[in-house]
Amino acid sequence: MLPISNPELVCLAGIISLTLYAVMGGADYGGGFWDLMATGPRKASQRQTIEKAIGPIWEANHVWLILMVVLLFSCFPPAFYAISIALHIPITILLFGIVFRGSAFTFRTYDSHKDQVQERWGRVFAISSTVTPIMLGVIVGAISSGNILTEGSFHKVYISPWIQPFPVATGVFALCLFAYLAAVYLTADTKDPQLQNDFRLRAFVSSCASGVMALVVFLLAKDGAPVLFKDLKLLSPVYICTALTAFTTLFLLAKRQFRIARFCAALQVALVLWGWAFAQYPYLVRPSYTIANSAANAITINLVILALIAGAILLVPASSYLYKIFKLKQY
Amino acid sequence: MNDFVIARCQMGMSMFFHIVFAAVGIALPLMMCLSEWLWHKTGHKEYEELAKRWAKGTAILFAVGAVSGTVLSFELGLLWPGFMRFSGEIIGPAFALEGIAFFTEAIFLGIYLYGWDKVPRKAHLFSGVMVAFSGAMSALFVCLANGWMNTPAGFRLENGKPVDIDPVKALLNQAGVPEAIHMLIAAYAATAFAVAGIHALLLLKNKKNLFHRRALALALCLGGAMAMIQPISGDVMAQLTARVQPVKLAAMEAHYETAAGAPIDIAGIIKIPKVLSLLAFHDHNAVVKGLNDFPKEDWPNVPLIHICFQIMVGCGILMMAVSLWASIHFFKTKELQDSDIFLKAVALVSPLGFIAIETGWMVTEVGRQPWIVQNILRTSTSVTPMPGLAYTFVLFTLLYIFLALIVVFLVFRQIAKSPLIVESDVVADKQS
Repeated sequence: MLPISNPELVCLAGIISLTLYAVMGGADYGGGFWDLMATGPRKASQRQTIEKAIGPIWEANHVWLILMVVLLFSCFPPAFYAISIALHIPITILLFGIVFRGSAFTFRTYDSHKDQVQERWGRVFAISSTVTPIMLGVIVGAISSGNILTEGSFHKVYISPWIQPFPVATGVFALCLFAYLAAVYLTADTKDPQLQNDFRLRAFVSSCASGVMALVVFLLAKDGAPVLFKDLKLLSPVYICTALTAFTTLFLLAKRQFRIARFCAALQVALVLWGWAFAQYPYLVRPSYTIANSAANAITINLVILALIAGAILLVPASSYLYKIFKLKQY
Repeated sequence: MNDFVIARCQMGMSMFFHIVFAAVGIALPLMMCLSEWLWHKTGHKEYEELAKRWAKGTAILFAVGAVSGTVLSFELGLLWPGFMRFSGEIIGPAFALEGIAFFTEAIFLGIYLYGWDKVPRKAHLFSGVMVAFSGAMSALFVCLANGWMNTPAGFRLENGKPVDIDPVKALLNQAGVPEAIHMLIAAYAATAFAVAGIHALLLLKNKKNLFHRRALALALCLGGAMAMIQPISGDVMAQLTARVQPVKLAAMEAHYETAAGAPIDIAGIIKIPKVLSLLAFHDHNAVVKGLNDFPKEDWPNVPLIHICFQIMVGCGILMMAVSLWASIHFFKTKELQDSDIFLKAVALVSPLGFIAIETGWMVTEVGRQPWIVQNILRTSTSVTPMPGLAYTFVLFTLLYIFLALIVVFLVFRQIAKSPLIVESDVVADKQS
């Protein structure tokens, strides 16, 4: 027997898909952020590099988010219920961000290639790529804070769980991390040394910003998510590891070892997420919904696990083929 | 309007748009594969060009369908949290499978779109087939979940809560598979006819254009075949509905009084005796339950359902008529029918498939009201307590209208423009 219950196994799958969504899909959002922030003499080529990097893969990356939603509502319906009610407003903003990001990116590819048209779609793409990660972070912050209720006054149920310093700071933290990932990845998506320098500089800046935001989120958790904070304090080994990977990434970037740097950066972001997951355990949605008290019946959980295994058998070879064709051939 | 009505409107509006994106996203990949396959087989350049254009259409629709589908999967919770709390663990696995199918589709679409000159020809066509196949599987799983709402199975009620849950039984509910088949045929027919209409209009300008001729022929073959077999699937659905959702059937036919040998009402003008019994039970003397047998609070909006149903059937019949016309001409002359009047007829019926899909879903969904899960859970008790839904409704409506306008504009831009190569044979001759 595994030392882990089946509902916990589903949660593990959820954390894995959250990690994959962050390290792959997150970088796509980060790419949009750098599109918005494109400056200097190589503005246009920066945007081109970003577009080429995201093009073939963003839809496949996007699937991880859908997987998380499906896992949540099929295996932990009460938790989905609570999130759907209390976070109605930030989820709606998130959805608008997702829709505008995806459609604007596609429209830019297939619409007229006149500069003016391209720029208009590019702007929509870039702004929504910036808003969406913030809302993702806000949602993660809100479900960790212990303020999710399904009954009470409008303000208590729908506003105060997320318009708070802690969730908002978590949102900004998510944006910093995604921007950082994108910048590191992009150094390896181009062969032009000047462009590489552009993205490397951006990676340095966003790495520092991520570090600062990590500290801010930690400090805000003391009042904003007091119960979570107790567990966050136990995590100093994770923080040390994260800091080590962060410095390693920066070192590799300085040495122009871009390919290894991107794996290192991905590991760094994964560590942040796993640290959060460890602190959040055994809760799904604080303060009322734990893995055990909101788990669905055993048959459904087992079936979903089977479906995940079947899906992995089918999809791992297929997606590595896609990555092999488009991502690795460039080097 | 109260928030409950607005929530229903928002859900209906989201479905209204998503079903169009989804249907095209299911059917266009099949058309692009057929065209690429014909290109491999015949070497005609037009088929390559067609496949590439339909692939671009697929890319646009898949992206928009993917995001509008994401919106829907969240909206299920945002608008109907009570429904999701009740049924999440029963039909959730259908969505997990749908997720896998969707993922497969995304991966292979990536290979297909960006791999024209990067992967071997056969691998490329295979990727296209996988896109078409997984699109169809997505439709299957979503229809299985919807079928469960019409014919719930795989659980027992205890104190208003589901117990003894068996998700496999729930997936294999009575309505699911017939619904999926009906929807898939509809998606292929509607998309193929819409594409045929575009090319028919362009052929009216220049009948010699080989590109548009091949496109029209291919689209008509697929659309025509689908339109011709749809009545069989419709018949299965009608009989099933008569058995398991008699209120819905009565509303579809505006059949108020229970009667043996019941007549059918056509457009409120003609009544043909015994036909309703014949259609619903394949027995012209069978008793068809009327609305008077059910409490009024369990009725859906009868006039709306009746009108929608008749529109759907009418659209199907017109599409069949055009298909027959084309095929009779083809079997007589072995040529594509290209008279002005025929091309105009194709253009006229080209939107009807989508009208049939929309009205058909109105019948399915509004016809089940006031239940969200037939005879188990009321829609009104599932709605979110969130006030002020009018704001999100307006915002989402604007968003979808914006998306739809752009999609139509871009798809026309990709599909409708005349190609540079007009006569492949001429070009080939010159080269040799």
